[in-house]
Amino acid sequence: MTGHSTYTPKSGFARWLERRLPILGFIHESFVAYPVPKNLNYLWTFGAILSFMLVAQIVTGIVLAMHYTPETTLAFDSIEHIMRDVNWGWALRYAHANGASMFFLAVYIHIFRGMYYGSYKEPREVLWILGVVIFMLMMATGFLGYVLPWGQMSFWAATVITNLFTAIPYVGNSITTWLLGGYSVDNATLNRFFALHYLLPFVIVAIVGLHVWALHVTGQNNPTGVEVKDVKKETVPFTPYATLKDAVGLVIFVALFAWLTFFVPNYTGHPDNYIEANPLVTPPHIVPEWYFLPFYAILRAIPNKLVGVIALFASIFIVAALPWLDTSKVRSGVYRPAFKKFFWVFVFVSVGLGYLGAQPAEGVYLIVARILMAYYFLHFLVVLPLLGKYEKTLPEPRSIAASLGQAATEEKPHA
Amino acid sequence: MSNATKAEPSRRDILFLATGAAAGVAAGAAVWPLIAQMNPDASTLALASTELDIAAIPEGQIVTVKWRGKPVFVRHRTKQEIEAAQNVPLAELPDPQADSARVKKPEWLVVVGVCTHLGCIPTGHEGEFHGWFCPCHGSTYDTSGRIRSGPAPSNLEVPDYAFLSDTKIKIG
Amino acid sequence: MRDAPWRASIMKPVVDSWKSIVLAAALAGAAGTAPALAEEGGAHAQPKPPRQEWSFAGAFGHYDNAQLHRGYKVYKEVCSSCHSISRLAFRNFSEKGGPELPEAEAKALAESYKIKDGPNDAGDYYERPGRLSDRVPPPFPNEQAARAALNGAYPPDMSVLAKARGYSRGFPLFLLDALPGFSYQEHGVDYIVALLNGYADAPTGVELAPGQYYNLYMPGRRTGMPPPLSDGAVTYDDGTPQTVAQYSKDVSAFLMWAAEPHLEERKSIGLKVVGFLIVLSFLVYFTKRKIWSNIQH
Repeated sequence: MTGHSTYTPKSGFARWLERRLPILGFIHESFVAYPVPKNLNYLWTFGAILSFMLVAQIVTGIVLAMHYTPETTLAFDSIEHIMRDVNWGWALRYAHANGASMFFLAVYIHIFRGMYYGSYKEPREVLWILGVVIFMLMMATGFLGYVLPWGQMSFWAATVITNLFTAIPYVGNSITTWLLGGYSVDNATLNRFFALHYLLPFVIVAIVGLHVWALHVTGQNNPTGVEVKDVKKETVPFTPYATLKDAVGLVIFVALFAWLTFFVPNYTGHPDNYIEANPLVTPPHIVPEWYFLPFYAILRAIPNKLVGVIALFASIFIVAALPWLDTSKVRSGVYRPAFKKFFWVFVFVSVGLGYLGAQPAEGVYLIVARILMAYYFLHFLVVLPLLGKYEKTLPEPRSIAASLGQAATEEKPHA
Repeated sequence: MSNATKAEPSRRDILFLATGAAAGVAAGAAVWPLIAQMNPDASTLALASTELDIAAIPEGQIVTVKWRGKPVFVRHRTKQEIEAAQNVPLAELPDPQADSARVKKPEWLVVVGVCTHLGCIPTGHEGEFHGWFCPCHGSTYDTSGRIRSGPAPSNLEVPDYAFLSDTKIKIG
Repeated sequence: MRDAPWRASIMKPVVDSWKSIVLAAALAGAAGTAPALAEEGGAHAQPKPPRQEWSFAGAFGHYDNAQLHRGYKVYKEVCSSCHSISRLAFRNFSEKGGPELPEAEAKALAESYKIKDGPNDAGDYYERPGRLSDRVPPPFPNEQAARAALNGAYPPDMSVLAKARGYSRGFPLFLLDALPGFSYQEHGVDYIVALLNGYADAPTGVELAPGQYYNLYMPGRRTGMPPPLSDGAVTYDDGTPQTVAQYSKDVSAFLMWAAEPHLEERKSIGLKVVGFLIVLSFLVYFTKRKIWSNIQH
């Protein structure tokens, strides 16, 4: 999509560089002149927030890696060394651990925004699928990172999740042994998890690059779900408008992040992870970090191990299929009153599954988890396809400009 | 930007300036710990100095202690060694330095045991001047730890040290 | 519902194999009235530890210096015979934000301990007085020695014990615990105080193996640790009451410092950071509004 202005190099050096590697022009076209619908709300700032969190996690992660030792007898102590002796080590460690929680909080808001406004619909299907890939890489990275402190939860989470692979018929045990580098979670596992935890964020960076590229090809969705018809009337250049709006969202988000890191840094964690890993003692309740809880609930809801694992992965893959499952011709949930209700039910179900993931998988908890899991899949497989066919929608606005009640004469959108 | 009235610009500019400055402060404050964390941590600093009991070192003996990961030679010098060190004309020294400038008490010489050429550890009581001799490339040091011949450019380094008492020194 | 035939045709094969879901749906109504949150420890649920007041709690929390001194005395005279605290170094005692002993006192403290060092030039291990850079030596050289001496029990290291313990507050209290004004991070120390005061005679019908003691707050209500504290066991020089309740609070505060020596710095910097970010968010917001003032949105 062409922007509001073309780039003209201002200095001799800029002209020289532009002719050889037009990176300045590229940045101008992508992040300065790039047109953004002017009616976006603050939910659209979460892309920038996520980019910031990715950089924050990579930077804090790299400096932590300067002091961490990925060996079973030394890992726990190296973390304590970071917390006690390394200059600002306590701040960096707490920032990295709570940063992961904030990263997932932002990504869930970002995903729910997409689901509500139909951002996954044509022509943004590839954008959406890339997003699901990023989400899965984030989950893998988060899981690997949590093993590194080598506490009780680290060890037993690694044991539970690597054991999932034994569910694969015929080759399951071999694959699991290959993953572990041994017959149980031990030093070989820890060492390779560290290497992979360091690697994956850079894979995420690459996929985020594709994600932003795909976004820039189609342009942003907007709350009306109606595509931009008039770039001059309906969009503003990314800088300074979206840049500043993103900055507002970002600063508020970082304030929340700072509250968590400095005042309640162990809130999202589990005390058992301050106990050194002991292969001979299983904690009374093995719980993953909060952002995995809904999927953990789904995994445990099914008594059959293999089917449970399939359900776990299916619950993530099914999100990628959204563009084809939602048959509605209307894009944004703003104009789909029935869809709106089901959307909020879905949010409630997801949060409910999250709560249940932290409870023992027995009794009434298990029963409710099964009900909610069933609804989770029904939402994608039944509700959305049927809604598209049978729902009564409100009339969509003719255009973004019309929805803003804009007069025929245009104002100048930028200086 | 758009329509700037006469009264507006200065207030707007102050807002922009304040925001920009605050953002700069935030960025600086965020970056500082990332840089400071590479400085020696508390456990390393705790080992930054070491104490040594010198009462048991007989005359003529050189004791090697580890300090900040490097060897330090503590030499209880004999009368001849002290005289030899003091009676050298400074013009003869590649790196002129009086012995009195290198010791606090003449009987005790404390030097870092790392050859100033390329970092090997010289052997004590060896070499023409009975100080130290570095086997790597032949640098020869005297009983004050000063370079006398060979490729090393400067005298053996004298670390910060102090006498806590007649029988105890603190290095670093 | 109009889509019932749809649903039935999809659900039929699913329901046939997932009888539990059908059963669950039927039970859901009845189950909705079922009680209970599961409690930690399974069969014999422990009561929730009562909440204590701590000087280091809340956004403005700080350690009570005198309390840390007393707490260390309790640790030294009572706990250290069995529990190591091996990530604590003697130099930590003179650092800011803790007991803040003068360096000479911390040095003397270090020297009062014997540290195993070596091997020397003869290949032997030997003992020497502690230095500031040393960590507090453990009472037993390894886990096996501890278990051999203590009926198979292994007293956990206390370095991060205050963070390694806690209890579930349940819904919805756990949501409140993160909020400014209500923030509650002291689950661990409250638990430790509770268990130190939680010894009781085993009720009728409860069997205790030899070497086991009944404690209301321990998982399974049993522990291999005999009641460590009794009134008057440790002498306080500052006139503070020499009761089990007082000892348990003081030693728990000490353990909190041992686990989080940077707590004061963390909270004080936190106030500056969050305060600054609140100001910055206003500045950025008004800048944004200024820039957007001529755009209809």
